[in-house]
Amino acid sequence: MLLQQLSDARGVSGHELEVRALIAEAVHGLVDEQHTDVLGNLICLRRARRPVQGQALRVMVAAHMDEIGFLATGINKDGTVRFGKVGGIDDRILLSKQVVIGESAVPGVIGYRPIHLLSAKERRSAPDLSHAAIDIGATSKEAAEKLVKLGDQITFRTSFQPLEPGAQRCVKGKALDDRAGCATLVELLGHDYAIDLYAVFTTQEEVGLRGAKVAASAIAPDLAFVLEGTICDDLPKKEDLSHVTELGKGPAITFMDRSFIADRRLVDLLVKTAQAESIPYQFKKAAAGGTDAGAIQLSREGVPAVTVAVPCRNIHAPVSILSLNDLDNTVKLMVAALQRLEGSL
Amino acid sequence: MKTLIQELVETFGPSGYEDAVRTLLSDRIGGAVDEVRTDALGNLIAHKKGSGQGLRVMLAAHMDEIGLVVSHIDQQGFARFQTVGGVWPITLVSGRVRFANGAAGVIGWEYWLQKSELPKMDELFIDLGATSAADAPVAVGDVACFDRPFQDLGKRLVAKAMDDRIACAIAVQTLRELQETPNDIYVVFSTQEEVGTRGAMTAAFGIAPDVAVAIDVTDTGDTPEAIPMAVSLGGGPAIKIKDSGMIAHAGVKDWMIRTAEQAGIPYQREVLTAGTTDAYSIQTTRAGVPAGCLSIPCRNIHTPSEIVDYDDVLNSVRLLRAMLSAPITL
Repeated sequence: MLLQQLSDARGVSGHELEVRALIAEAVHGLVDEQHTDVLGNLICLRRARRPVQGQALRVMVAAHMDEIGFLATGINKDGTVRFGKVGGIDDRILLSKQVVIGESAVPGVIGYRPIHLLSAKERRSAPDLSHAAIDIGATSKEAAEKLVKLGDQITFRTSFQPLEPGAQRCVKGKALDDRAGCATLVELLGHDYAIDLYAVFTTQEEVGLRGAKVAASAIAPDLAFVLEGTICDDLPKKEDLSHVTELGKGPAITFMDRSFIADRRLVDLLVKTAQAESIPYQFKKAAAGGTDAGAIQLSREGVPAVTVAVPCRNIHAPVSILSLNDLDNTVKLMVAALQRLEGSL
Repeated sequence: MKTLIQELVETFGPSGYEDAVRTLLSDRIGGAVDEVRTDALGNLIAHKKGSGQGLRVMLAAHMDEIGLVVSHIDQQGFARFQTVGGVWPITLVSGRVRFANGAAGVIGWEYWLQKSELPKMDELFIDLGATSAADAPVAVGDVACFDRPFQDLGKRLVAKAMDDRIACAIAVQTLRELQETPNDIYVVFSTQEEVGTRGAMTAAFGIAPDVAVAIDVTDTGDTPEAIPMAVSLGGGPAIKIKDSGMIAHAGVKDWMIRTAEQAGIPYQREVLTAGTTDAYSIQTTRAGVPAGCLSIPCRNIHTPSEIVDYDDVLNSVRLLRAMLSAPITL
C-alpha cells in the first residue's frame, strides 16, 4: 500500500529524498514528463487525455513531501545529541519518544527525568526542553560522532498500521500530514482529464511553504488545488460548538486559513461536484494553519487556489490517525472535480 | 464626490469577496481610463495611457474591508465566526453585520452585563434572527461585514470601510480630473489587503511599474489622550515616511513632498508605528519597485465608524493629480 510506504519513509523538510524516490517510482508510466527542480520539488505533467477546445488549462495540484521533525544541532560530551525542531511541534509530546537519526537510521530516545525526580510543580507544568537531548546509547562525544553528523535529519520512530477494522477503516502512522495528500495525488494521475495536470510533490512546506513558491513560479498555472492532511479535533465536546473537522465525514474543503482565502469559484466547484456525485464532504471550520495554497496563490500574477484535506487526528504528533474512507472520498472528489474542468473556470 | 464615497463605503466587500465593489468601481471609472481588466486574484486594473514620455506608475487602493466568516451554526441557529483581517472584539458587541445575500445579524456576547473584562472573540456569536439551525439564512463559510450607513457630519465623514474605500473614491476622482499626462498610469483597486497585502503583490508582478504609490488610511494622534502621533484630521494628506512594514523610497517621498509644496497643498509627514499598506508588497515585487504611500488621516480605524476629513480627501485628489500630470523625477 503506497500510503504505508509513504508514511514509513523519512523526510523532514529539506530531506525529502527518500519520499521523492518512492513517488517517482509510483508515478512511472502515468506521466508524460517529470523532473526535480532546484529546491527538490518533484514536478510531473500528465497532459490532457480528453478532447480540449483550444488551449488546455494548466492546473497545478500540490501535496507536500516533507514532514515535521528535527535536525541534529550538536553532540554533548556525554554522547547525547542536541536537536532543533523543524516545523510546528508541541514540546509536551516529545518526552521519552523514540526517534531515528540520519541516513543510517540510528535509533535514539528523547531523554527526560523520571517522575520520581520531578517536583510537584514540574509535574503540573509543561516541560522545559531547552536542554533536552537524544540518548543514542553512546558514552562519549567521539563515539556519538561516528554515528551522527550535525545537520542529520531526525524523525519519529513510528510504524504504519491499520487499527481495529471498523467501518471507518482507520490507520495510524507518522507524517500523514501530508503523505495522505501525496498518496491522493498519485491516484489522481491514473485518470483522464481535459486539462494539463501538473502534479507537484513539494518540499519545505512545514517551514514556510517554500517549495510550492518556486514550483508555482516556474509552472505559471491557471489555477491550483492543494491536497493536505488537516486538523481533526472530533473529541467529545461539552457544548454545541463545532469541530474543525471530523474523521469519516469526507474531504475537508478550506474556505480560509492563515495563509490564504480560497477562490470561491473553486470552493463552489468542489461543493457542486460532491453534491452531484453524492461524495461526503465537510468544511474546515477554523481559519487556522497554512498550506501551500498561500504561496501558490501569490505567485506571479496570482493563481486562483483552494485546499482539500484529509482529516488527521493528532496532527504534527509522532503518530496520527486517518480514515481510509476519507482518503478514498478525497480521490473521488478530486477526480470528479478535475474532470469537470475544461476551457476556463 | 460625497455621493461616490457613500456608495463605495456602503457596498459589501470583505477580503476575498470584493465582487460588488469591483462592479461598482468599473462602472464609475468608465470613460476616465483607456482599458480595464480583472486579474486572477480579482484586482481591478484600470489603465490610462500616457503620451509615452513618462514613467509606468502604479497606484493602489484596496477594495476589501475587514469582516467575519461563519464557522459554525448551533442547533438554536446562532452562528459562531472567525475574523477576516484585524477585527477587535470590543468593536463588535451589539453591532450589526450583513451578508452578501442580504441576511443581517446582531452580535451577542455570552457574558453581557456579567463581566467587567473586555469580551473575547470566542465568547461572541451572531444572532441571525433564526429559531433553529435549519432556519438560519446563512451557511458555514459565508462572509459578513459591518452594517452601518454613511454619515455626513459636514466637514467630517463617518462610515464603515472608509479603510480603504475613501482611497478608491480618491483614485476614481483623480482619474476623472486628470487631463493630459506623460505617464502611463495603472490604478489597481486591489483585493485582500486586510489579510496580508495579497492582491497588490500579484498586480504589481503583472504591471511591473517604474514607481508605485499606495493610497490608504492612517491613524491620527488628535483625540483625547491619544497615543502621540504627528498626524491630525484636517491637516492634509499624510506622506508616508515609514510604517511597520516598509520604509518609503526616499525619492518617492521627496517627489510627493516637493509636489505638495510647489502646488501649495497642505500635507503632513507620517511615521506609523503599527500597520502597513499595499506599498509593502509592491516594493519587493520582481526586482524591486520604488514605492511610497499617500495616507488619509482616519480616526477609529477598523471599527464600524471610521472618520475622515473631507478637506483631506479633496487635497489628496489635488496632490495625486499634481503628482501624475507632470514628468516624474525620483
